[in-house]
Amino acid sequence: MQNEPTPSVTDPATVARHAEYWRRNIRVVGALLVVWFAVSFGLSILLAETLNAFTLPGTNYPLGFWFAQQGSIYVFVILIFVYVRLMNRLDREFDVDEGSAS
Amino acid sequence: MNVQAWTFLLVSASFALYIGIAIWSRASTTKEFYVAGAGVSPLANGMATAADWMSAASFISMAGLISFMGYDGSVYLLGWTGGYVLLALLLAPYLRKYGAFTVPDFVGDRYYSQVARIVAVVCAIFVSFTYVAGQMRGVGIVFGRFLEVDVNTGVIIGMAIVFFYAVLGGMKGITYTQVAQYCVLIFAYMVPAIFLSIMITGNPVPQLGLGGVDQASGMALFERLNGLHLELGFAPYTSGTKSTLDVFFITAALMVGTAGLPHVIIRFYTVPRVRDARISVGWALLFISLLYTTAPAVAVFARTNLINSVQDVPYSEVPEWFTNWEETGLVSFDDLNGDGRIQFVGPDAPVANELTVDRDIMVLANPEIAGLPDWVVGLVAAGGLAAALSTAAGLLLVISSAVSHDLLKRSLHPEISDKDELLAARVAAGLAVLVAGYFGMNPPGFVAQVVAFAFGLAASSFFPVIILGIFSKRTTREGAILGMVTGITFTAAYIIYFKFVRPDLDSAANWWFGISPEGIGTVGMLLNFGITWTVSRFTPPPPPQIQVLVDLIRVPRGAGDAHELNL
Repeated sequence: MQNEPTPSVTDPATVARHAEYWRRNIRVVGALLVVWFAVSFGLSILLAETLNAFTLPGTNYPLGFWFAQQGSIYVFVILIFVYVRLMNRLDREFDVDEGSAS
Repeated sequence: MNVQAWTFLLVSASFALYIGIAIWSRASTTKEFYVAGAGVSPLANGMATAADWMSAASFISMAGLISFMGYDGSVYLLGWTGGYVLLALLLAPYLRKYGAFTVPDFVGDRYYSQVARIVAVVCAIFVSFTYVAGQMRGVGIVFGRFLEVDVNTGVIIGMAIVFFYAVLGGMKGITYTQVAQYCVLIFAYMVPAIFLSIMITGNPVPQLGLGGVDQASGMALFERLNGLHLELGFAPYTSGTKSTLDVFFITAALMVGTAGLPHVIIRFYTVPRVRDARISVGWALLFISLLYTTAPAVAVFARTNLINSVQDVPYSEVPEWFTNWEETGLVSFDDLNGDGRIQFVGPDAPVANELTVDRDIMVLANPEIAGLPDWVVGLVAAGGLAAALSTAAGLLLVISSAVSHDLLKRSLHPEISDKDELLAARVAAGLAVLVAGYFGMNPPGFVAQVVAFAFGLAASSFFPVIILGIFSKRTTREGAILGMVTGITFTAAYIIYFKFVRPDLDSAANWWFGISPEGIGTVGMLLNFGITWTVSRFTPPPPPQIQVLVDLIRVPRGAGDAHELNL
């Protein structure tokens, strides 16, 4: 890795490509954070009491309680793996990935 | 074999394993000592992060806290896992690309300022020492109860083990011992949970058993527990007593604090590439979630078991575990009405509560309460020690690198050789172990309060300036320093006022907008964000090479680590 040339950050084409990559990156992160917020602060906290009137289908979990103590954690794990997938794809699309070997 | 023999055997075996790994993975350069040579596989780093993160608080205290708090305990579950989403999406990949050794490294370089670096060093050291004290207390409890050695002897044994692998192996030794410690602690946590789940619900998966049926009464487990709570004058288990606003702010403070804790952040410097840092956070949270989704089940099982085995039982007929824990002072019974029976009831009951159970013992006492085999009890002891020692080691590394790298190399003595810096790092790690040991033997009486401090300070200091440093090129030195200082000062002042100066006023009626000291870190964080952003708009923009640096951090591909470029 040390032998690669310093990336040219003044070449206008590269600058534009990196700027567009960054915009798309922000969009991915923004969308995932909306889900993160909705599940943790929305379903598990603000709406918990309302959702407790229902149970998680097939179980005896009060729904709001389930989101607060089980469901959100599962969603968090999924969110990170989705992020990894989307970003790896985005890296390749904009030719900024790190290749297969380091 | 009895409980003590099993405990001795399992604890010694696990210690021998850690020492073996330490000898195998010695560090010979500063890069190995600080970041394990940045050659750790993402999966191994995920496990190491999980052990690094899950401390005595997660292993020993959390299920007990939830058990006593019911729905309100969700703040810990949400806060201590949700922070990893922030870490993955907003911090880890960029900090890995920057490729420094420590958190103050990044803050000092990005904000082209020694003042910013020193402020970050002070925060990192304070947050980490706060945390270490709690770990050493956990070590003391486990040794005191299960091996019946003096607490001080227990702390010394724990110190000796950490000293050995932290000083010898640095981050490299710590990483591979943490992988082993994760395996020990998760096995030790799951085995009793599975036993309990089968006993109470007939389902071997605790996460599913919790949503199942209580075999003894034939009712849904939650209905059964809520019924018991109502009968005994406690608030229903599945609804909270804290205000929704406070739950919101505490959860946010814990989440952001988690993402801002230096000992967690530096783990992501140890993998080879940016994409490894991303996936590694995913593995870490997956491994963490195994314990964190089990804890709420353990909490409910323990609560039901506890009520069933002590409520209205004559004191002369209490089970053996009760007497054992009574000797440690963590369970106490005061026969207020003199009827010789234990009344374990809540605040709404017509009679007075006579039983005090320390929340910290719920997980440790659980196997005994449920009458599980002796080897399970020994296993839980080994798991508790693994959790405490792995976190202590990670924290000690932050302290030692703050001293040897940030203070010595980057501030006072830049021309120091790699070999001398490595020696300084080892000496600093050794001294930090001694200080931690002192806290373990003379625990400050306010460990629980101080934990609110650690998260509040991490949330209100590092998190906003790191995020803005990456996502806004316009963020300036002046903005960051003022933001950090205001965030910390505000948060610390609020916590100190309510926890130490006027603890008598520490109630919802006196809090600002009903926000407790545990949740005030969120306000401190928002203040920090606001000030850093605003001041940055009115001060000269960062020099061009810093803007180039930010551009490089944002793109995964590049010439090695961004901080090594001579800009």
